[in-house]
Amino acid sequence: MSFTLQFPVPALDQVGVDERAAKFTSRSIKNEAKRVGLKMAVSMMDLTTLEGADSNGKVSYLCRKARQPMAERYDCPPCAAICVYPNQVAHAVTELEGSGIPVASVATGFPSGQYPLDIRLEDVKDAVNSGAAEIDMVISRGAFLEGDYARVSDEIAAVKQACGDAHLKVIFETGELQTYDNVRFVSQLAIEAGADFIKTSTGKVSPAATLPVTLILVETVRDHFLATGKKVGVKPAGGIRTAKEALQYLVMVKETIGDDWLTPDLFRFGASSLLGDVELQLAKLVDGNYQSADYFSKG
Amino acid sequence: MSDLKFGSAFDYAPAPETTPVSMRKKYELFIDGEFVPPRAGKYFQSVNPATGKRHARIANGDASDVDAAVKSARRAYEKVWGPMAPAERGKYLFRIARLIQEKSRELAILESMDGGKPIKESRDVDLPLVAAHFFYYAGWADKLKYAFPGRTPEPIGVAGQIIPWNFPLLMAAWKIAPALACGNTVVLKPAETTSVTAMHLAEIFQEAGLPAGVVNIVTGAGETGHALVGHPGIDKIAFTGSTGVGKRIAKSVATSDKRLTLELGGKAANLVFEDAPMEQAVEGVINGIYFNQGHVCCAGSRLLIQESIHDEFVSRLERRIETLRVGDPLDKNTDIGAINSKAQLGRISELVGSGIEEGATLHESSCALPAEGFWFRPSFFTGVTSSHRVAREEIFGPVLSVLTFRTPAEAIARANDTCYGLSAGIWTDKGSKIFSMADQLKAGVIWANTFNKFDPTSPFGGFKESGFGREGGLQGLAPYLSF
Repeated sequence: MSFTLQFPVPALDQVGVDERAAKFTSRSIKNEAKRVGLKMAVSMMDLTTLEGADSNGKVSYLCRKARQPMAERYDCPPCAAICVYPNQVAHAVTELEGSGIPVASVATGFPSGQYPLDIRLEDVKDAVNSGAAEIDMVISRGAFLEGDYARVSDEIAAVKQACGDAHLKVIFETGELQTYDNVRFVSQLAIEAGADFIKTSTGKVSPAATLPVTLILVETVRDHFLATGKKVGVKPAGGIRTAKEALQYLVMVKETIGDDWLTPDLFRFGASSLLGDVELQLAKLVDGNYQSADYFSKG
Repeated sequence: MSDLKFGSAFDYAPAPETTPVSMRKKYELFIDGEFVPPRAGKYFQSVNPATGKRHARIANGDASDVDAAVKSARRAYEKVWGPMAPAERGKYLFRIARLIQEKSRELAILESMDGGKPIKESRDVDLPLVAAHFFYYAGWADKLKYAFPGRTPEPIGVAGQIIPWNFPLLMAAWKIAPALACGNTVVLKPAETTSVTAMHLAEIFQEAGLPAGVVNIVTGAGETGHALVGHPGIDKIAFTGSTGVGKRIAKSVATSDKRLTLELGGKAANLVFEDAPMEQAVEGVINGIYFNQGHVCCAGSRLLIQESIHDEFVSRLERRIETLRVGDPLDKNTDIGAINSKAQLGRISELVGSGIEEGATLHESSCALPAEGFWFRPSFFTGVTSSHRVAREEIFGPVLSVLTFRTPAEAIARANDTCYGLSAGIWTDKGSKIFSMADQLKAGVIWANTFNKFDPTSPFGGFKESGFGREGGLQGLAPYLSF
């Protein structure tokens, strides 16, 4: 099972990573900066529903919300994408027609990925054929933890091929990989295997996205960009529920990798409940006082 | 060549600390529990280093004021504080610690206004540590016999304490808390450029009901400190400051029976090996040298980097200093504040000039600096050898000197090639290397895979010309006791 990366990964110190991440939370984001940051967060949001109970009706609600999250006077941009299970892709594409909002589909036997590779690849092709412009795959965590990195890498490459023109986001489920060294290693592995985006979590395992883990993803992307000029995106997903947390992630991106990544093309939030709090905060900036949450549709 | 852009996307709006504080126009001396004007009626101006403007007048205590303060401390020692039950002394210290916590926001703001340090440091580092020191030594007050089993610890008497301008309140706490816990009384002289918060601390002593004369504070310049050091009524001198002044104090005290502890300058080496956690090492080096504008005696001012990773590490540092935010100390997003005084800015500029003249390469942040006040861009020199002045002399500013080494043995030799020995840092992923390096480094405090971490339970002090005696922890009690 010998496997070597093209670019070796540096050592990490967990205490230092946590300490650095905590510093981003002490930035004070006020007034205009807050307005800009909150709108940016909405424009980076993959509005997500991933439940067994998802129906066409539920997805329709979500699509309408993504087109126009808030009343016109708040000047809030649309969300970056809708993220659904493969079965709902075709319906979401129809619902979003003319909006320019892409549909992202989880695939490869999400969330466990514990299915034969040919079935996982069919899952991807089916989603792409149904109109998904972005595919969020899960890696084989079992294979990774066994040390079979070659298999993890080969599978990502195979999924990338099955995606065709669709963008590939590779989900690590960092809550299962656990150590920061694993997170750094798998980030580099996925980038080298062809990921367009690297993504922390499915949202089905706790802990999902955290600031320190996302920082490691961002640093890996940054170092790879500096070495090769190639830009890979980052998507923290799951567990980000408040506007304040979203702003902390943006602070981290701004101070770690710079302006070029402050765009939905290279940074996304995977979230289902974050939008609500962002709306409340944005409305407060416009109206001067907090509104009841009842004034904002739940999507 | 692709590089990162740190531009204006998602720019942070100004976030000034707006809690109202009461900076007085005039500060008197604190003697025998009262605020009293200096006998000669003289005052000097205190300046806000972020604007260069005067903001308060400070009493200039002379020898007669020092004499009154020492006499008051002696009376308090003999009549009240010395005879008091140790547990009672502890109660006062606990009360002081709690009051500091209650007023910590106001004190942090005053500290930043008077000294130029960023509010996020005075708020998140200085003030929590100030309170922690009083809490910690309050706990020791009635347990001294357990600290030194089999011996009978007794207080010394009156301690004369002279503190520097880089951590005004924190240094006051480091000095006052153990002295009082051990049953001594105190005459404190704050640094000339940062006297304001010491006087607010005096108000807290009053509010805590601390008996008159237990702590006296005499503000002033060098002559005031000189009078204190030379006063025959003083039993012990504790000094934190420059090595030059420390040597003069040592000479003067040598002809008396006063006890002495000195905490002086430093030129700490931060050793980064090729197997180090790179990104965290960069952060540690940044924190090591730019924390408090580099006005830190234990600052990691010499970066010793393994040759194999020199170029990569330097480019990482170059990128990182671009994201440091320099400016208004009261803005909550400021990373680097103002240089403490015009005189210090002059010293930094002179030494940086010598580095350029001696052929080292200066790398500095491209950040804009405010038009008024005293400022210096976060900078570092590459191409530095042990013979450069910037590798030997303490700059005490936001300027790092980068040197290289090839092997662990060379790293040790270069790190110890200095007259100082206050602190050092080791960065490696290998635990065994940490221990073998730490064994050989001649420095009082050694951090592994971190830097500039302080805790009241941990002793702090130097080797060689960085001084003698320890502050903090159990060891910090001994200099204030006789057995």
